[in-house]
Amino acid sequence: MSLLSLETLTVRRGPCPVVDGVSLKIAPGECVGLIGPNGAGKTTLMRAALGLMKHEGRSSLTDLPARERARAAAWLPQSREIAWPVTVETLVALGRLPHDSRAGDLRAEAVLRALDRMGLTAFAQRRATELSGGEQARVLIARALAQEAPLLMADEPIAGLDPAAQIATLRVFQSLAQEGHAVLVSLHDLTLAARHCTRLILLDRGRVAADGPPLTVLSEARLAEVFHLRGHMLETGDGPLLQAIDVLG
Amino acid sequence: MRLALSLSALVFALLLASLSLGYAPLPPSTVLRGVVGAGDPLHVMVMQQIRLPRTALAALVGAALGLSGAAMQGYLRNPLAEPGLIGVSGSAALGAVIALQTGLAAAFALALPLMALLFALGAVALILLLAGPRGGSLTLILAGIAVSALAGALTSLALNLSSNPYATFEIVFWMMGSVADRSLSHLALAAPLVALGGAVLLTLGRGLDALTLGEDGAQALGVSMTALRLKLLFGTAAAVGAATAVAGAVGFVGLVVPHLLRPLCGARPSRLLWASALGGAAMLLAADIAVRLVLPERDLKLGVVMALIGAPLFLHLIYKTRRGG
Repeated sequence: MSLLSLETLTVRRGPCPVVDGVSLKIAPGECVGLIGPNGAGKTTLMRAALGLMKHEGRSSLTDLPARERARAAAWLPQSREIAWPVTVETLVALGRLPHDSRAGDLRAEAVLRALDRMGLTAFAQRRATELSGGEQARVLIARALAQEAPLLMADEPIAGLDPAAQIATLRVFQSLAQEGHAVLVSLHDLTLAARHCTRLILLDRGRVAADGPPLTVLSEARLAEVFHLRGHMLETGDGPLLQAIDVLG
Repeated sequence: MRLALSLSALVFALLLASLSLGYAPLPPSTVLRGVVGAGDPLHVMVMQQIRLPRTALAALVGAALGLSGAAMQGYLRNPLAEPGLIGVSGSAALGAVIALQTGLAAAFALALPLMALLFALGAVALILLLAGPRGGSLTLILAGIAVSALAGALTSLALNLSSNPYATFEIVFWMMGSVADRSLSHLALAAPLVALGGAVLLTLGRGLDALTLGEDGAQALGVSMTALRLKLLFGTAAAVGAATAVAGAVGFVGLVVPHLLRPLCGARPSRLLWASALGGAAMLLAADIAVRLVLPERDLKLGVVMALIGAPLFLHLIYKTRRGG
């Protein structure tokens, strides 16, 4: 059983493909990191998989009606929009919209769980727009968690967070995967990706350049070829560490 | 809940006050019996033919403007949006001006509101044509501005070419907006459309709440943007088109009322919808009472008073926002 399956997913902008024939499957228990340089098609791949943009090929999610899809997959967009000065609790509760609105207690519990997971319980009654950028980012992650969908897709969720919050967030994703959910998260920090993901998918110019265990994917040759980076992964007592040395011309 | 009760109580009190106000001072019991058609036939006539249409239209127009203002602000995620933004009121005004100009309005009593409605619907069709059914909110605003500008230009052209000074006079006064001297047939024309448009707009709460997270976030929560946009357009066109058709252009209600009530609703777009409907009704009823109390013999126009109340209120809100930010 897989929570997401893509078959030759292709997205074109004009004649040139931004995502080019991507096929993959994500199973429960996986925390999959989506990596690749800027413009590799990470965001486009995730949005197309959710049916948010026109695409060719097949995604298991777009086959579902809108509301069922929202129960199957939660989406955390890269742009952090909070349009109105609502309370943190109200904002997080938006994650319960796709669910049955009559289940009031269940809704409150899910919201509390999500706030607790992101360490935001003390912020519940604060206005979301008055928080700092990093705090808002965590509130929006909590919103996606409150949806409690089997699959969570997050687009650069840890950009702009302090180092501790970055690790804490990826730990939350890891524990979600251990509980039987699946996570697909796009990341730029390759060390964190290698440490916290069970599997990495490397995108290069819209194609899957590599897909597998983190240390296999992040070989010196691929760092050079895809990221134009001279560097290597160090195996340390505390886990893998990316040593980036220089940019390749 | 408390907000709903206090707003309803306010609207009810203002309805009674508006019904009690007129040339002949009548006690509240006579007023209420007159409205339902009991008591002295003269009182019944005064209540049902004169005061009831005026009062009901003020409440109806206010509710339509407040509700569509709240929906429009929620959709565009911008507190400066107002229902006139998509060109519906400008086009309705153009229709009315043409009816007055050509003399159609004089030939047939309901020609003016019907023409205004026709033009409001035409504006929506034009916007859909320009922005496309799947266009984003930016294309919708731009199309609305283009339609508004076109309607405004054609209205000016009609005034410019008007050879009849009486028609010009009438047009200028009509455009100021008023609910005075309206009949039950005006009410019968506007009420079903406002109710229909309002019912459509009130279903948007869930989608507008989700839009707090942006269009991508809302869509991923299972909200169809295409359906939301279509409902918003048709709901606003029906409610505001009908309101403008019978009352002329009344500004500021759709802008100021949602702004005033937002903090009391915890800024939630869904709660703001019905609150703004009640708040809009209250505000327009109060303004129409003021019109009659301040200069009873000079036929002060509702739209003028609304702008006089609305603009300083808006300035105050901006000042408060500036201090808060």
